[in-house]
Amino acid sequence: MILPALFFYLFAGVCVASAVMVIVSRNPVHSVLYLILAFVNASGLFVLMGAEFLAMMLIVVYVGAVAVLFLFVIMMLDVDFVELREGFIEYLPVGLVIGGIFLFELLLTVGFWVINPGVTKTITAAIPTNVSNTEALGLVLYTKYIHYFQLAGMVLLVAMIGAIVLTLRHKASVKRQDINVQNARTPDMAMALRKVASGQGLQDADAAEWVK
Amino acid sequence: MTIGLGHYLAVGAILFTLGILGIFLNRKNIIVILMSIELILLAVNTNLVAFSTFLGDIVGQVFALLVLTVAAAEAAIGLAILVVYFRNRGSIAVEDVNLMKG
Repeated sequence: MILPALFFYLFAGVCVASAVMVIVSRNPVHSVLYLILAFVNASGLFVLMGAEFLAMMLIVVYVGAVAVLFLFVIMMLDVDFVELREGFIEYLPVGLVIGGIFLFELLLTVGFWVINPGVTKTITAAIPTNVSNTEALGLVLYTKYIHYFQLAGMVLLVAMIGAIVLTLRHKASVKRQDINVQNARTPDMAMALRKVASGQGLQDADAAEWVK
Repeated sequence: MTIGLGHYLAVGAILFTLGILGIFLNRKNIIVILMSIELILLAVNTNLVAFSTFLGDIVGQVFALLVLTVAAAEAAIGLAILVVYFRNRGSIAVEDVNLMKG
């Protein structure tokens, strides 16, 4: 029984340490990398708790999408991050005081709570013991909580459309295809037929009209 | 030496506090503020999964999945607003964000 405890302290310790590094790191790129480390260790904690699907989802969504998004934005924006660091020491005392009070209150709560014995009667979807975590999650997610699931999809759709609309930029110098103009084109607008007399070539008047 | 619910809740509390502290310390750097918000949401997820496991109710994990979705959407929109703001103003300092005079 000592191995799970050992792994718990390993994951929790690295997770908290890298969370500290996220907020005190000088370089935002290092912050993102520490954020990735924190998420990987948190997913280790999830595995220890038996929530394997969420653990993998945490790595896929956060490390694969969110952290890479952060890295892209940090590297694309030409920002003087040293300037943004100013005031760090200035805000440190008040931040530490408020954080200390907050942590004290939270740990008091964690230390002295008891679970209401009646709460086990209100369990809505007990974890089945004979199937894997992913299957158990799917069994309730796609039946009982299908509306929440679809709502989550709508949230993602709105976020995607919002991000595209916000960052889309039309440049005047870029020619774009206009399908309505293309469909409205007739042969008259595109070409003119001329009878050219032999040996004379196209007359200037005809050429002028052609250009027009 | 057994690891109980309290241990996981303590980790969640510490992560939450670090997220709050990060918002206070990096008042000028909005990218680190967004990362601190991600840390706070991770703490919330840890609490939800811990309660889900130790009470034997899988709804907590369903809810954690929804929190994950909202966190991803929030990061995408936040960074998009950041990019647009940088394009318009040439800076991302939080104290310059006063266009709406709020």
